[in-house]
Parts: sequence; structure tokens; C-alpha cells
Amino acid sequence: MRRLAGFLVAVGSLLGAAALWRRRAGKGREHVDVYFADGSAVTFDEGSEEAARLVPIARRALEQAQG
Amino acid sequence: MDAPQALADLVEISAQIESAVLARADGTVLASTLADEARAGAVAQEALALLEAARGPAGDPTQVEAALPDASFFVVRDEERLVAAVTGRDPTAGLVFYDLKTCLRMAAEEPVAAKNAASGPRRRKKKEDEEAVEGDA
Repeated sequence: MRRLAGFLVAVGSLLGAAALWRRRAGKGREHVDVYFADGSAVTFDEGSEEAARLVPIARRALEQAQG
Repeated sequence: MDAPQALADLVEISAQIESAVLARADGTVLASTLADEARAGAVAQEALALLEAARGPAGDPTQVEAALPDASFFVVRDEERLVAAVTGRDPTAGLVFYDLKTCLRMAAEEPVAAKNAASGPRRRKKKEDEEAVEGDA
């Protein structure tokens, strides 16, 4: 019984660490969120054709703003 | 409220916003937290370019967030103005959008109030009077 509890704790810890890692990795990635007047929204993730078009514009704006 | 005051209030209430530019819909800068006017103009033009490039089947976008690894660039627009802002990495996007929309609303307040004052009694008053007469009848 004690061994089973230890196994479950170990598996839970691994799953928690994996979820945390995925969350942190996801936060750092490039993406563009676009919202429209009708309430719809779309996310363009890194690697998409739209992100490749939009991200350079945002990067230029950041360069100007941050000097 | 005038544009510089609306922008000053924005950066005061939002700890996440590092710099911001408030501009007319054509990109003419109304107020900016950047010391360099040329850079403020360039940011406004890039914000316009981002809105233009993000146009899709649903029409013109009203809000855009471009999240890069080290910072995020936000643009929110209404009929007459747009506001662009820079934050650090991983901002709370919902809060930033809320603050930017509040800034636009505050920047628009004075002209609307002045317009109403100049145009005399509002049409709604007449409608209310008509409803009151109908109610009496």
C-alpha cells in the first residue's frame, strides 16, 4: 500500500512538472491575437503565414518604442 | 478629457504598460509617453500597419495583441482614434485591453459632451415627452 502511494505521488509530481513546463514554454512563444467588432477572434501562432506577416510589424513597433 | 490626460491616466493605472501612443485614426499622434516625437509617429504608423495587415474575413480588427518573447505590442482602435502600447513579457492581456479601451473612451469624452451641449436639448427628451402624453391619454 505504501509503495502504491509513493508511486502515485511520483506520477503526480511528474505530470505536474510537465504541465508547468508546457505552460511556461507556451507563454514564451510568439503569437498574434486579433479581435473583430463582431466579437470573433483569431490567434496566429508562430510558424503560421499570418504570424510571419504580422510579427515583423509588431517587432518594428517595439524597436521604435523601446529605442 | 484631453488626449494627454487620458494617456497619463492610462500609464498611471496600468502597471503593465511601459509606453503608449494615442493617435487619430489616420496615425496623427495626439499624445505619447515617448520623448521622441518621430519615434511616437513611427509607432503610430506601425500600429496602423498592423491593423491593416490583420484585416480578415470578419472585417477590420478592433484589437490586436502581438506577443513576442520579450515584450508585447497592443493596439486598440475605435472610430476616431487608436491607442498602441508596449508591455513586458507575458502581460495579462485582458486587463491591458480593458485599460486601453478605457483610455480611448476617456479621450473621446470631451468632444461628445461639447457636441451635445452645442446641439441644444436632446431628441430623447422629446421622445420621453411623447411617451408621457401617450401614457396620460
